[in-house]
Amino acid sequence: MVTEKNKHNEIVKAESKNLNFFYADGTQALKKINLPVYENKITALIGPSGCGKSTFLRSFNRMHDLYPGNKYEGEIILYPDNTNILDKKVDPIEVRMRISMVFQKPNPFPKSIFENVAYGLRVRGENNKRILDDKVEEALKGASLWNEVKDRLQDLAFNLSGGQQQRLCIARALATEPEIMLFDEPTSALDPIATVNIEELMSELKKKLSILIVTHNMQQAARISDYTAYMYLGELVEHDDTNKIFTNPSKKETEDYITGKFG
Amino acid sequence: MAVNQKKPSALKDLNLIRTMIRQHKRNDLIFAGLGMFVIASLTITLIILFLDLVLDGYPKFTLDFFSNFPSRRAARAGILSAWVGSSLVLIVTFIVAVPLGIAAGIYLEEYSKKGWLSDIIEINVSNLAGVPSIIYGLLALGLFVYSFGLGQSILTAGLTLALLMLPIVIVSTREAIRAIPVQIREAAYAVGATKWQVVLNHVVQYSYGGILTGVIIGMARAIGETAPLITIGALTFIAFLPPSPVTIDPPFINLDWLNAGFTVLPIQMFNWISRPQHAFHINAAATGAVIIILTVLMNGVAIKLRYNIRKKIKW
Repeated sequence: MVTEKNKHNEIVKAESKNLNFFYADGTQALKKINLPVYENKITALIGPSGCGKSTFLRSFNRMHDLYPGNKYEGEIILYPDNTNILDKKVDPIEVRMRISMVFQKPNPFPKSIFENVAYGLRVRGENNKRILDDKVEEALKGASLWNEVKDRLQDLAFNLSGGQQQRLCIARALATEPEIMLFDEPTSALDPIATVNIEELMSELKKKLSILIVTHNMQQAARISDYTAYMYLGELVEHDDTNKIFTNPSKKETEDYITGKFG
Repeated sequence: MAVNQKKPSALKDLNLIRTMIRQHKRNDLIFAGLGMFVIASLTITLIILFLDLVLDGYPKFTLDFFSNFPSRRAARAGILSAWVGSSLVLIVTFIVAVPLGIAAGIYLEEYSKKGWLSDIIEINVSNLAGVPSIIYGLLALGLFVYSFGLGQSILTAGLTLALLMLPIVIVSTREAIRAIPVQIREAAYAVGATKWQVVLNHVVQYSYGGILTGVIIGMARAIGETAPLITIGALTFIAFLPPSPVTIDPPFINLDWLNAGFTVLPIQMFNWISRPQHAFHINAAATGAVIIILTVLMNGVAIKLRYNIRKKIKW
């Protein structure tokens, strides 16, 4: 097994190689994307609406497979086992068991707080009450929600505030101990305070796993990410250290976008 | 001069705006009034019809009416065999139509590949809901009574009404499933659920309110159906009960009732109304009131259920 590293000696957790993506109507949403995701780092995807960043993110857990006619070309390699998760022979469910996702709008199930977090474990066949209790508590603590909900785990998840619901969704994604967590604009539906909470939480989470996040908010990318990729019209324009992208980008287009001249 | 010109024109504009708003509001009022009138006339018609039935049938609202068989003497005639027949037929209908309809709805919505075949099925299911019920009766007569040799029995009647109810259950199941937001579905898939787990743990659980409503409305329709049952040869005068479904001796369940002849409430009513003696018309009115009360009760339960579940699950 080869462990790939970058110049900072950081381990590559996953990597897209010449990734093309076509929607069912034939439009090509991604063009030859080559992008690494580093272990225990946050990689942010920025770019104007429709640039393909969400499409790219959703390729990592094969969400596109839910809708007929979508087509991938190229590879996304998951390390250390060198699995091409886009391979037809790899079951998308296996991929989703390893890579979890948090969505744009908080989307808890209309079930209890406990059942929301436990669902990923139940899907994996875990029905032991004590193990479930432990893991749910651990995940809720990991999502810094435990103290707010520990006395009402049987309450309906809808009774939580928007920010709490999103942290519940993070707990749900966390409970199954994923290797990578995908965030699709996780704070765009939240108020500033809830946003700060989620951002702090992500910085905490990256100690345990790798994070790939799509964000519309450039300040957010600058605040929390270690690496930033700028995408435009389905292409990866530039990918580098976040500091470098925001202080001294090598491409003119990137500079125009982050300075607000474009986009 | 320019300033002076501006002021009155702005005022004029304001008056114009106010007139316009008044006009638009008048349209609101006209439409609301029209709607009220239509709804009120419909409701009042229904209430008058119902009151008329109740007033005519009032003397028959006794326990005897429900526990007596029909008789040549109007005063002694009751609806025992009719309500027992209706209940047993509905049990068969329920057992057949509900699982089949829900399964078909789930399959069409979740599993079937979208294409020309699913389009054809879709159009057919929608059309089936609109086919006149007597056509179902003819189909049942040919298929169940003659081809399958099931006879003019409760089983045949239940199956016939099940055919009638199936499209209603399928359509309401599909609509209930479609109301589940795609984000919830994606959330379930994203934690690694299989299609079957998504269906079982989410789709069915979040849509059962809508499905149940469809089932009850379908049953309410089935309870009043007359034409298809006359076509397959339901009896109009019946002075015995089918064998009891439950027995004292093991195995406690007796299926002979499925093959028994039967009558149902609307047929009993039809039979009485077609007699010349006025006394029988009173019986018919009372039976009609019973049918309407049952239908209203069932629809009321459906509305209440839908309301309760909507309150619990809001997307």
